[in-house]
Amino acid sequence: MRLQLRYFASLRDAAGVETEVVDHAGDAVALYAAVSARHGYAMPRERVRLAVNGAVAPWDRVLAEGDEVVFLPPVSGG
Amino acid sequence: MSATRRGQFRLNGHGIDVAALRRSLEDPHCGAVVGFDGVVRDHHGGRAVSALRYEAYADLAEREGQAIVDEALARFDVRGIVAEHRVGLLAIGDVAVYVGVSAAHRDAAFAACRHVIDEIKARVPIWKHERYGDGAAAWIHPD
Repeated sequence: MRLQLRYFASLRDAAGVETEVVDHAGDAVALYAAVSARHGYAMPRERVRLAVNGAVAPWDRVLAEGDEVVFLPPVSGG
Repeated sequence: MSATRRGQFRLNGHGIDVAALRRSLEDPHCGAVVGFDGVVRDHHGGRAVSALRYEAYADLAEREGQAIVDEALARFDVRGIVAEHRVGLLAIGDVAVYVGVSAAHRDAAFAACRHVIDEIKARVPIWKHERYGDGAAAWIHPD
């Protein structure tokens, strides 16, 4: 399935792009592993939250064709 | 009485008008208005900070911020909550975040204000990028 990825903060800087379309067959955990390896992320998944289509989602969320997926590194507003 | 409760969270890209937000909370029912200004400081972790930038995942940040405000309205005996968080470039001394709460009595206003700012810091997808006096820069991702 094709997924739209958007990147923020240090994960965007490491990716070098703000958005990407990827073709991915597995789950969200496998997707983070693949993206992490490809972009050289140092951030372990345990520190990252998943968001799908603008809402926070559990890591076992089933992804679907066309979903917008964002990996949220630890936030630092305030 | 709950019908008159109101709350709003917004991202702000140009400058937080604390006085206007404070005025928006005025309510003859309320004997307390508590405000928290989060201000850009010139140091972090022992390093001199010269400037910073906030970036948000805007759609989710506004949704999550509004959920925090709505939860606080339901949980505390307060009437009004307004919160704004800056995005973009900020200088030392700029207001980065404002939370204002009005209530009939001060205990609930203080408690709700503290709750909202703590939840914003923990949950809302906003990230701080600090530039340091020595020219280095870093994204802040707290443990």
